[in-house]
Order: sequence, then C-alpha cells, then structure tokens
Amino acid sequence: MNALQEQTIPLYGKIVDKYHELSAKDKPQLARQSAFHKFQLLGFPTIRHEDWKYTNITRFLKDEYALETSVVAPPAQLLAKAAIPGLDCYQLILVNGIWDGKIAGSPLPKGIEIHRVKDVLNKPGFAEYFANENWGNLHFAALNAALYTDGLFIRVSANVAIDKPLHIVHLYTSDHNLLVQPRHAWIVDRNAELSIIETTQSMSGETKIWVNGLTEIFLNGDAKLDHVHLQTASGGTRLVQQTAVHQKKQSLYNNYTFTLPGADLVRNDLQARLEEDHTETHLYGLYLTAGDQLVDNHTLVDHQRPHCFSNEHYKGVLLGQSTGVFNGKVYVHRAAQKTNAFQQNNNLVISKKATIDSKPELEIFADDVKCSHGSTVGQFSEDALFYLRARGIGEAAAKALLINAFAFDVTDKLKHAAVAEFINQQISHHIPVNHAG
Amino acid sequence: MLIIRNLHAEVEDKKILKGINLTVNAGEVHAIMGPNGSGKSSLASVLAGRENYQVTEGEVIFEDKNLLDMAPEVRAREGVFLAFQYPIEIPGVSNINFLKTAISEIRAYKGQPPLDAKEFLRLSREKQKLVEFDAQLVNRSLNEGFSGGEKKRNEIFQLAMLEPSLSILDETDSGLDIDALRIVSQGVNKLRSEKNAFIIITHYQRLLEYIVPDFVHVLYNGRIVRSGTKELALELEEKGYDWLKEEAREKETAI
Repeated sequence: MNALQEQTIPLYGKIVDKYHELSAKDKPQLARQSAFHKFQLLGFPTIRHEDWKYTNITRFLKDEYALETSVVAPPAQLLAKAAIPGLDCYQLILVNGIWDGKIAGSPLPKGIEIHRVKDVLNKPGFAEYFANENWGNLHFAALNAALYTDGLFIRVSANVAIDKPLHIVHLYTSDHNLLVQPRHAWIVDRNAELSIIETTQSMSGETKIWVNGLTEIFLNGDAKLDHVHLQTASGGTRLVQQTAVHQKKQSLYNNYTFTLPGADLVRNDLQARLEEDHTETHLYGLYLTAGDQLVDNHTLVDHQRPHCFSNEHYKGVLLGQSTGVFNGKVYVHRAAQKTNAFQQNNNLVISKKATIDSKPELEIFADDVKCSHGSTVGQFSEDALFYLRARGIGEAAAKALLINAFAFDVTDKLKHAAVAEFINQQISHHIPVNHAG
Repeated sequence: MLIIRNLHAEVEDKKILKGINLTVNAGEVHAIMGPNGSGKSSLASVLAGRENYQVTEGEVIFEDKNLLDMAPEVRAREGVFLAFQYPIEIPGVSNINFLKTAISEIRAYKGQPPLDAKEFLRLSREKQKLVEFDAQLVNRSLNEGFSGGEKKRNEIFQLAMLEPSLSILDETDSGLDIDALRIVSQGVNKLRSEKNAFIIITHYQRLLEYIVPDFVHVLYNGRIVRSGTKELALELEEKGYDWLKEEAREKETAI
C-alpha cells in the first residue's frame, strides 16, 4: 500500500473514493478489481522506478484533479483547428474522451463498427477486450483500467479494407482541473485493413487537464493498421498515453507518433507485442519539444515468436529548456529465432538548456537473430548552416530548413500526403528562432 | 567593386592573414595562387563571413559598403558568392527547395517580387543548360550522392542562378577531371561580364588555361608577395613556389 502517497498526493484519495463509488454501482469486473489492486501496489511512479528515472512527475501531481467528466460541447476554437485540410476521411470527435456518436465526412461503410465503450463494455463479444491486463507494470495503465468509464470501441470485420482513414479528434477542455481516462479497444480482424489518424488538442488556460489514455489494439492474422498520432496539446495539459498492440500472424502495424510543443508533460508507452510468427512492425516517432516541456517516449517491441520484423526510428528536436526522454526496449524471447529488429534514435539538441536522455535497451535470448540499435545526440551542423547562409538564406530560415530536413526521415514515411503536409506545417510553425538559442 | 586593405585575420589565436591588400574592379578576373597553407582558402572564408575567423585589423569595402559588418547571408544578398571547396551535403533539403529559398530571400532583400514557380523552373532549366549541368535536381537532396565533379558543377549552377557581382571560387578545380574542369571553366567564362568580377583561388596553373585571369597574385604566409598578369602563373608553373618563399623570407629578415 502507498500510505505515503495517500497522504501527499491529493489525487490518490480521490482515486480510492472513485473506485469504491464505481464498485458500489455495479459489481466490478475482475479485471477492474485486479487493476485497482495493481495500482495500489504500484502507486504513482517516482524517479526511483527505472522506467521513470528521467521523468519526474511530482510537480504535476501536486495539483488537484476532479475525476468527474461531464459532457461538454466542443469549443469552437478547437473545432476550427481540428480538421486536416485536404484529407478525405471519416471524422469522429471526442471531447474529454466522450464521443457524441457522430461521424463527419460520409457515413461509415460496411464492415466497420464503432461504439462508445460505455455501451459495450459488459456485453458478450466485447467484454473480453477489456479483460486484459497484459501491459506489464505500467502504473498509469493500471489506474486507467481501474477507473475508465468510456472511450471508443472500433472493429473492422475480416477481409474488409476501409477505404478512407478514420480521423479521431481528441479535444480536451474544462473549467476546473480534471483527470480524464479514456480507454479504447480497436480490433482489426483477419486480413482487414484500417488507417487511423489521431490528433490531440486542448484548451490552454489556467486549468490543468491530465489525460491518462489506454488504447489496446488487436490485429488478427494478416490484418493491417496504419496508426498516426499527432499530439499538439496546450500548456496545462499532461498527457500519459499507453498503447498496447497485439499482433497475430503476418499482421502489419505502422505507428507514427508526433509530439509537438504545448503540453507540459507527455509520456507515451507504446508496446508492440508480437504474439505470432511473421509479423511486421514499424514505429516512427518525432518529438519536437519546447518551453519547459517534458516529453518521454517509452517503447517496447516484444518479439515472442520467430520470423518477425520490427523497425523503429525516433527523432527528437529539442528547443528551449525542454527535456526529452527516449527509452526503446527490444525484447527477443528464446523462441523468437530469425528475428529482425532494428532501432534508431537521433536527437538534435538546439538549445543549450535542453536535455535528452536516450536509452536503447536490447534483451536478446534467441541466438539466430539480426538486431541493431543506435542513438545519436548532436547539434546543428555549423558547416551546413554556413553553406545555407552563404547563399543568402537567413539564419532563421536556414535553421527551419535544417530542422525540417532532420524530421524528413519520419514525415516522409506518412502515407497520406495531406497528413504529411499538415504535420510539416505544424513543425515549421513551431520553429521560429526565438525558440532556439 | 572590392577593396581589401591591410586585412589581418586569425583562427583560434593563430594568425592566418597578415595584411592583405587587394583591389578588384568590375569586369576583372583575379587569380590567387600560393602553396598549401598560405591562407588562400582562409581569405575566401573571411570574405564570405565564416564565423570562426576573427578579423583583427584592416577593412574590406564591397561596393562602398563595409563587408565585414555584414552577416554571411547579407553578404550573399549584396552579391558576394563563394563557390565552396567542399560543398556540403544536406540530406532532406532538396536542391530545388534550397535554391527557391535562397532566391526568394535575395529578391525580398532587394525589394523585388518573388519569382513564380513557372519562371523559376524556366530560369533553372536555362542556367542548367548554360553550365552543362544535367543532374536531376527535383526530389534530390542537396548535393547528396553527388560525385565530386557534380558538386562543383552544382556550385557553378548556383552561381549562375544567383547572379552575384563578386564570385569567389575556392579551389573549384580540385578533384576535377579534365572534362569536368573544361565544363566548369566554360560555365564561368559564359557568366563573365563587364559588371561582375571573379576571384579564383587555385593551387595549379591548369585552371587558368581555361579561365584566363587579368591578374595573378601569389599568397604566401598570409600576405600577397607578388602580383602580376597571367604570365606570372606560367612562371610559377615552371619554377614552383620556392623562389618566392625565399624572396619573402629575405624581405622579412631585412625588416
């Protein structure tokens, strides 16, 4: 038990109360009970936990947060910026983790069903997706699983390829400090195909919003999912996002995570569990951090079976007094022979006051594998900067060109030109010289 | 166009240039020769504004303005162009985007309207042809994967696009085979006019057979120790630099 945390962290007591309130209404599922006990055991992470060594969240836990999420109308300001220009898609808007049931763009085609988690979580055929607990010792995932009430359930039927991407817009707004815990379950059945683009935005203001999201993704045999997440929240927002992906035979999962300036804290835990043979996984990430942001990307590629391929490339650009953390774990089980696992993390530290902690972690128990990893930290190339300036390009424009060039390896991988364009613009928008120095 | 007076410069407290005097007028081509380590490339770097060089004495006047007060990009916009000895590869920045950005910043500086895409394309085709540079530039990163010769030709192509009044060619001939040398030289010769000037830095006389200079200067130990016409280059080719080094040393001891 965490007696100390109970006394020092105001949120802790509220969590206990909320759990009892939820349990009083309905007899809690075993999974919820067990998650709550796990959270009680783990408590909030501190820098004494290896996985949180460089990510000190104490200051964010000093604020008090309410746990009640009421349905709010999406603020016009956020809605105006929500759409990705030129992207033909099905758009869903979630405000504080709650979907209003509407789909903009065109009606959904056959073969895909979308529900509010609230409506399905106890139903047969759905409940099983919320009974998992296989995200290891993730403190915040346990907390989410103990207290979640809503989110998005998406399922694509076997052999269906959805023609257009789903654009899931997450908007967060509140007039009081709030902890929001959306939980999503997305299933792509056998030989089906889906493309998901998530964008996250929040209102800036005095109020603090903590989003503790948990997304579980299930890819059955030969399924394909392309998954983009663009995190561009405002100051006052704290984002903790756990994503656990379960890959079956010959499935393909592509993840592209972009974290841009804004949120005070971003912690992503992305776990790809390669549970059957011949899977393919690509994890691309770009974090551009500014101000006094703390942005931490923890990834795990768990090679459980033979003949799987994984490739990971995360790039970081650090401005202001921001701190970046990259921790990339690749675990190759004894059974996972003929594994190909590659990992690369490159960082461009632009400001003298910015820091990056980059840590590749490879644990390999099979003997016939091909694995590599690399981590670099550098500054602007003075030679490149001078070359550009010697052609009449001002310092600011030259730096912007070089940052965009650095990010290019990642943005280049995006499948939809409109999304790439949108993200590139956001990147350019965040790199005036006043961030640097 | 360019007046250099008593220019002294150093890198990390090491004195490199020790009193350069040079006047370049519009329409002239000046060759600067000299043995390795004499300060030739340093002079080019100082003129272009490379920041690790400290000017400790002297002045450089370019078209009646103090060149040394200007940031590198301002010098470029005013019309100074340095063709790099080692052009930089920049993955992720496309050749075309790079040139577009450069041209639009230079035009904005001069108060000219931006070039539209069509006009830019026409101009770049025309200039590529002029300097016989047929490399595919669209969708290719700046200098990435270019051979040594292609990089140098890309420099001359950029020169043609930006139309500077003063071009400084820093050992553009190094690493070029005879065909590339001829093409690069022909490019420069086509770009020569009454209105612009060239400073050609070279180690060998070979380049000067193609680009005939009006003046030849020999730089040694941070100073110009001898100036003459193109015949001086031939004399150097024949006799090497030793006799000039000897002379320079004698002068120094005499002082």
